[in-house]
Amino acid sequence: MKWYIIKRLLQIIPVILGVTLIAFALIHLAPGDPVRTMLGQHATQQEIEDIRAKYGLDQPLYVQYFIWLGDVLQGDLGRSILSHEQVTTEIASRFPNTIELAIAAMLFAILIGVVAGIISATKQYSVADYSVMGLALFGISMPVFWLGIMLMMIFGVFLGWLPIGGRIDLLLPFQRITGFMVIDSIITLNGTALISVIRHLLLPAIALGTIPMAIIARTTRSSMLEVLRQDFIRTERAKGLSERKVIYKHAIRNAMVPVVTVIGLNFGLLLSGAILTETVFSWPGVGRLVVDAVYARDYPLVIGCILVFALVFVIVNLITDILYTYIDPRIHYD
Amino acid sequence: MKAGVLATIICGLLLAVSLSGCTDTTPQVKEKVLIFGCAGDADKLDPADVTDGESTARTDSIFEGLVEYKSGSAEIQPCLATSWVTSTDGQNITFTLRQGVKFHDNTTFNADAVVFSFERQYNSSHPYNQYGEWAYWGYMFSDIRKVEKIDEYTVKIVLSRPNAAIMTSLAMFTVAIVSPTNAALWEEDAFKHPCGTGPFKFVEWVKDDHITVEAFDDYWRGAPKLDKVIYRVITDPSSRLLAIQAGEIHGMEYPDPASFDSIEADADLKLQTAPGMNVGYLAMNNGYGYNDTNRNGMHDQDEPWVKTPGYFEPFTNKSVRQAVNYAINKTSIVENLYKGTAIVAKNGMPPFMLGWNADVIDYPYNPAKARELLTEAGYPNGFNTTFWVMPVSRPYMFDPSKIGEAIQSYLQDVNIHVEIYQIDWSTYLAKTQAGEHPMCLLGWTGDNGDPDNFMNVLYGANQCTLGTAGNVAFYNNTEVQDLLSAALQTYDINERARLYEEAQVLIHEDAPFVYLAHANQNLVFAKNIQGFVLNPTARYFFYPVDMT
Repeated sequence: MKWYIIKRLLQIIPVILGVTLIAFALIHLAPGDPVRTMLGQHATQQEIEDIRAKYGLDQPLYVQYFIWLGDVLQGDLGRSILSHEQVTTEIASRFPNTIELAIAAMLFAILIGVVAGIISATKQYSVADYSVMGLALFGISMPVFWLGIMLMMIFGVFLGWLPIGGRIDLLLPFQRITGFMVIDSIITLNGTALISVIRHLLLPAIALGTIPMAIIARTTRSSMLEVLRQDFIRTERAKGLSERKVIYKHAIRNAMVPVVTVIGLNFGLLLSGAILTETVFSWPGVGRLVVDAVYARDYPLVIGCILVFALVFVIVNLITDILYTYIDPRIHYD
Repeated sequence: MKAGVLATIICGLLLAVSLSGCTDTTPQVKEKVLIFGCAGDADKLDPADVTDGESTARTDSIFEGLVEYKSGSAEIQPCLATSWVTSTDGQNITFTLRQGVKFHDNTTFNADAVVFSFERQYNSSHPYNQYGEWAYWGYMFSDIRKVEKIDEYTVKIVLSRPNAAIMTSLAMFTVAIVSPTNAALWEEDAFKHPCGTGPFKFVEWVKDDHITVEAFDDYWRGAPKLDKVIYRVITDPSSRLLAIQAGEIHGMEYPDPASFDSIEADADLKLQTAPGMNVGYLAMNNGYGYNDTNRNGMHDQDEPWVKTPGYFEPFTNKSVRQAVNYAINKTSIVENLYKGTAIVAKNGMPPFMLGWNADVIDYPYNPAKARELLTEAGYPNGFNTTFWVMPVSRPYMFDPSKIGEAIQSYLQDVNIHVEIYQIDWSTYLAKTQAGEHPMCLLGWTGDNGDPDNFMNVLYGANQCTLGTAGNVAFYNNTEVQDLLSAALQTYDINERARLYEEAQVLIHEDAPFVYLAHANQNLVFAKNIQGFVLNPTARYFFYPVDMT
């Protein structure tokens, strides 16, 4: 296992090189100019040329790439052209927000999705099955933008139960330490802030978690149905085990491998930011950051974000693969 | 079992922390905190180094300039300078500075601070010049040759040529005075730690989330009525509206015009509207471009006129351009696509500006007359061309795609068949400024409230520079340019106004543009917020604002 992990970690290097090379080429090939975006509608030719030279944008593309790569190897992702801030600082200030939202959304998706999938599979062709699958279809089909606005209108404006955007009540005293607001409020023993942070997390987590929840529910159902038809389940039933034990002790564990794959993939995607949810709920995450950077053709920031996303995705996949060995002991990576 | 223990510990910890929140941490005296919903975050908080409205709207609370705009007006009044004298040749302006003014870092405002704030922008050997791009300097302040300290509270601005617009430009954010001590403290990162003399001082900036400023008790006019202003980023207009309806914010910018009815019907909200200092237009490429080889921003004898890449024969004909003006129903566009929150434009700058010509009679919507003019011009069967339409909404054009389609349909009626072309915004700007379009939609939001900032920038032949053109109709009328250049060097207000009025008559007759609309600026506030006055320059001044 140890060697497997080391091998997989080493494989990250060519993956990252490939991803950054492609991203670098694509963003530079796309029409648009960060300098014009920065300088506004009536920049002079002199200003445009000066700033292109200052950021090395007048160099050939391959030179720009190798300069960038050299800096990255020294831990420097450069500065954003538009905000002039270090790319690492820009990403680091948003990433905790994205991680917290992704975890909350996945918790919601897993809790509801797995339970709904199991109910659906164990009560196949019942009203419960049709209802759950109907809801799952609804969940997959619903535009996040619309769902977010509806949640805000119902729970924020009409009922007034939950805040409709942002990370915390801005009038509360709050000390930022790690950037993870749930953790920061716990570390500083600030209960009022913790409650506020969790209340602010609820609606965006539900909006963002609905599609993964629906996918997880459907995957759990089909996987469970397949497992429930296996011989060993029949044997266990024949042995006289209660249906509850058959399902919760034996069937679920065997049905989880495809579900974990789906969870891993979706979690990786959520960690790359969720532009629509972040926009609707004014959530300061990396999704909005990267989209704004792409619009502004802020090359260092775009490539920096893509580098981080690629890393996160590869690592989440690795963790998922390792998890398989715990769920299904037959899987070995020796 | 292990998982159970862990879960119990986590739950216990969360419960303990939650209960700790039951103790009352709310201050006894309620602070007046205004939360304002913004459409985007600032890029930087150095007023000299930004071009976006989101940044300047934040720095307006923190910084001040030598002069400032009067409330609700683009006219100027003294601010950090108490008075000024202009030399007879119009090339030296001597300012007497206000005494007893403190920066937020408790240092004293004086002539050194003024010289520092200017010089870092124009002097490339200044140690702080490397920390910014100073985009506005080259474009609006390049006539300032130097800024000199005469004594502790007197400075002189030396111009390379007379410039009647310079005083209004001095009220712009670009030349706000920054604390030199603070700049030395933070160096390259000073843009994250702004420090000026304004009514509010910077507290914190959480990127893409909020910027907080608090009352500066030592402000020279007296502390503001609000204790804090929090600029909260809510990019989606529907979410901003929901946030103000839910009471989470107290004011917001850029409401969707489609929601005006619901805002006006809401007893807790008020919509504040004022004419905007902008113009949205359609430009027809007249084909005159030049390469500004000596980069002086002017067309010189040794810089020959060349055909623009988007040169299109029919648009070189005045009758065709007039026909296009007659073919478009601007009133309908303003009513339906600007949702009434704009006025129809007949000149290239808004009506409240100095020198706006009220006597110009706009081209009425008259397709029959348009067809007649096309026939006269030798195009009885019309023609086909490409129509460049902006891909993004701007303050002067809320929905360019729909406006483009409406114009396409109006032109179709007079046998001008246009194919709509769209491309991303920065490329759109680059290519239209290079003259690659036969016709395009664009517009302009004024910077300083001076007519030169519209007339010279958008319609002067000097602005037909290929690659960085302001005049995207590539319209070259020497007489117009002469009038505009003369106006810029004339300090007599009445004479200046007359020169601009005359230029507008000529531009109207040549018809290189179809002026569509001047869009209003709109803000929404909760009913308990009083005292906010919209400024034509679209800048936000929260000093007089109070909440009940």
